[in-house]
Amino acid sequence: MHNNGNSVSYLDYKGKHSGIFAWILSTDHKRIGLLYLMSTLIFFAVGVTLAFFMRLELIAPGRTIMDPQTYNSLFTLHGIIMIFLFVIPALPAVFGNFFLPILIGAKDVAFPRLNLLSWWLLVIGGLLAVISVFLPGGPVDTGWTFYIPYSIRTNTNVMPALIAAFILGFSSILTGLNFVVTIHRLHAPGMGFFRMPLFVWSLYATAWVQILATPIVGITLLLVVFERAFGVGLFDPALGGDPVLYQHLFWIYSHPAVYIMILPAMGVISEIIPVFAHRTIFGYKFIAFSSLAIALFGSMVWAHHMFTVGMSETAQVIFSLLTFLVAIPSAIKVFNWVATLYKGSIQTDAPLLYALGFIFLFSIGGFTGLIQGALSVNMHIHDTSFIVAHFHYVMFGGTGFGIFAALHYWFPKMFGKMYNMRTAKTGFWFLFVGFNTLYFPMFVMGWLGMPRRYFDYLPEFHIYHFISTIGSWILITGLIIMFTNFIKALRSKTTYTKINPWGGETLEWSIQNTPSLENFEVIPTITAGPYEYKDNDEILVKEDN
Amino acid sequence: MSGEQSASAEHNTVDHKPTYGIYILVWLVLMTLTGVTVAVAGINFGNLTVATALTIACIKSYLVLTFFMHLKTETATFKIFVAVAVLFLLISISLLFSDYSFL
Amino acid sequence: MSTIAEHTVEHVHRDDVGSRLGMWLFLFTELVLFGGMFLVYAVYRYTYQAEFHVAAKELNTSLGALNTIILLTSSLTIVLSIVAIRKKNKNLSVFFQIVTIVLAVGFLVNKYFEWNIKIHHGIFPGSEILLGKGNGEVIFFGLYYVMTGLHALHVMIGILLIEVMTGYTIKGRINETNYVRLESAGLYWHLVDLIWIFLFPLFYLIT
Repeated sequence: MHNNGNSVSYLDYKGKHSGIFAWILSTDHKRIGLLYLMSTLIFFAVGVTLAFFMRLELIAPGRTIMDPQTYNSLFTLHGIIMIFLFVIPALPAVFGNFFLPILIGAKDVAFPRLNLLSWWLLVIGGLLAVISVFLPGGPVDTGWTFYIPYSIRTNTNVMPALIAAFILGFSSILTGLNFVVTIHRLHAPGMGFFRMPLFVWSLYATAWVQILATPIVGITLLLVVFERAFGVGLFDPALGGDPVLYQHLFWIYSHPAVYIMILPAMGVISEIIPVFAHRTIFGYKFIAFSSLAIALFGSMVWAHHMFTVGMSETAQVIFSLLTFLVAIPSAIKVFNWVATLYKGSIQTDAPLLYALGFIFLFSIGGFTGLIQGALSVNMHIHDTSFIVAHFHYVMFGGTGFGIFAALHYWFPKMFGKMYNMRTAKTGFWFLFVGFNTLYFPMFVMGWLGMPRRYFDYLPEFHIYHFISTIGSWILITGLIIMFTNFIKALRSKTTYTKINPWGGETLEWSIQNTPSLENFEVIPTITAGPYEYKDNDEILVKEDN
Repeated sequence: MSGEQSASAEHNTVDHKPTYGIYILVWLVLMTLTGVTVAVAGINFGNLTVATALTIACIKSYLVLTFFMHLKTETATFKIFVAVAVLFLLISISLLFSDYSFL
Repeated sequence: MSTIAEHTVEHVHRDDVGSRLGMWLFLFTELVLFGGMFLVYAVYRYTYQAEFHVAAKELNTSLGALNTIILLTSSLTIVLSIVAIRKKNKNLSVFFQIVTIVLAVGFLVNKYFEWNIKIHHGIFPGSEILLGKGNGEVIFFGLYYVMTGLHALHVMIGILLIEVMTGYTIKGRINETNYVRLESAGLYWHLVDLIWIFLFPLFYLIT
């Protein structure tokens, strides 16, 4: 399987198109992965910029730099962009595309052209969302949740935003569909389900959620479009419709969607932890099945977003109970990661730091989630900045740090270049400290009664907002350090040739950096599980020679 | 690509002998069921009216899935997939009604 | 749903089971899409039982039943076209596909008249006559137009899909050894039928 870098790398491969078309019309899963990486990072930059201005506005009470209407649009766009264009596609579509076929020993995904189509849908949906900002009528100001009745009354550009979200959902569905078929049909001989790396398991569970839950939000948003266009009355209370039903349908997708976001990140962490502890993962099957359990239970808890809307008490109790249940598989994973580290020979490189950052921040996010799952407490903190802190701990501290961990972990394999390890670690500490400074005060002020999405606040909240805004500056400094480090590495002339820098046992570490078009010269036959580190010391010595 | 796949691809072309008869038979049953469901719609079973109509619709879908959509001759994977999708819808509707039935 | 990667390195890799698996997964998304609407239907039917009964009287049961028969028959003909191609009977397969298309068009024509009559009577979303009725009836017809409308859209897509397949069959790209495209189109068509199997009793037979 070692081909000593003789094959043409996917970056230099000459296909039938040239120039930029060699990329935007490529059906190579690795090129599509990089296309996704570029597009999602651009949208991430936009989302971060919007958030930066929001935080700046909140540094002092009253108007600071913008008017309230602009602020409403900013948090709406921040939500839509970060959720639909960054957090949902970032892990499955970038790293899933690039590494799923390699991890299971395949040449590509099952439907390469469909794969390209889903990237195009992402771009079209993203552009539509951006264009909606500049159309007459003004940027959408409903919040990313498009709650009825405001979303059918406001005169801002809700329609383009809804259609954009619909298209983006379709893109996500096609990725999921492709992955399920790929995993079932294209795994290398000898690779049964229990020899698949845990990242593959998490992508599998994610893909099912993408396929089954996304159409619900698709039709729901479409119904809102019909409601606005024709006044069909399905949700409009003036015509007898039920706005709470809209919330139900919206969350039937949008709660599972948070598992679309977090599950692949958990998969990445399950890859990184054993490699950097040089130890077999603890409880492989538990981690594998907990992904499926999260996907299942995650589809059954949506109404915990709606405890204050006047649901029946029966429903409240059921959904509260199920919410507590969904914590169990997540906790299983955390315990197994920690148990894997125990007595391992730990190598604290940047990927592991990000993985540990993930565990720490995700645990805080997860536990505060349980606090909100309790009915009585939920009444108190519903729609406060406590919620904002919670989901940023999970979505940014969890998925965001998972994405950064994946970037640092797979960077040498994807680009054949190596970043500066010291700078990467410095970047991590800036991010970690900045993150906590930014979001932790939100827990406190939320508990004290600071509502979310408010443009202005009472003087007693000033100190928390002030600290939080300072935190956003530290965080952005960390992001700049991290990305300049990557860009420097990409621009450097030295090629990184070590094919297995961390001592991983999964298939991607057995092929050349910047893999060839079909990844493998010969499809490997798998004879062992993905994390068998018995002879790891030997391998490390061999690599060093 | 792999041995497993070429084996199943071969399997795919030689699975079962195609015949017209079975499909025409299924179609006749579907027609009859349509007749039945229209005929009994006029009768008022009270709360059971909807249940009757849905039961007949379910039988019809079962026939379409099994025979017309060839689920009968597909591997277990396909059958499990369909079960998962239907289960998801059932979970959604029953949890949704935990709100609406108890107001 | 072709699985042939367009690489210059020729690895024409064909996996019929994989293609069908992909098609089924796609059908699930369609199923859930309509499932979402059935959820909406279920909730409002529960809320406005009496008004749904009254509103459903406006619908023409015979037209609905006729369309059911048309769709079920077209489902039969498309499945027979697959049997025919597998028995190497190309002309018969093309014939069955064309019959399917004709039936599908018949369904749409029927639907057109049905909608036309309703709209002529002033029953359409936002009309004064409809708004003068109870909330439940407004919602019933809102659902009726949205659900049968989206279903009709799927019928149109199905017609296009089968037309393409007919072209492929005539050209020989679909033949007795490679007919997975026709199978996938057939699966799609059966799903359209499946959804109608539920739409029909829920809208036309609840009086």
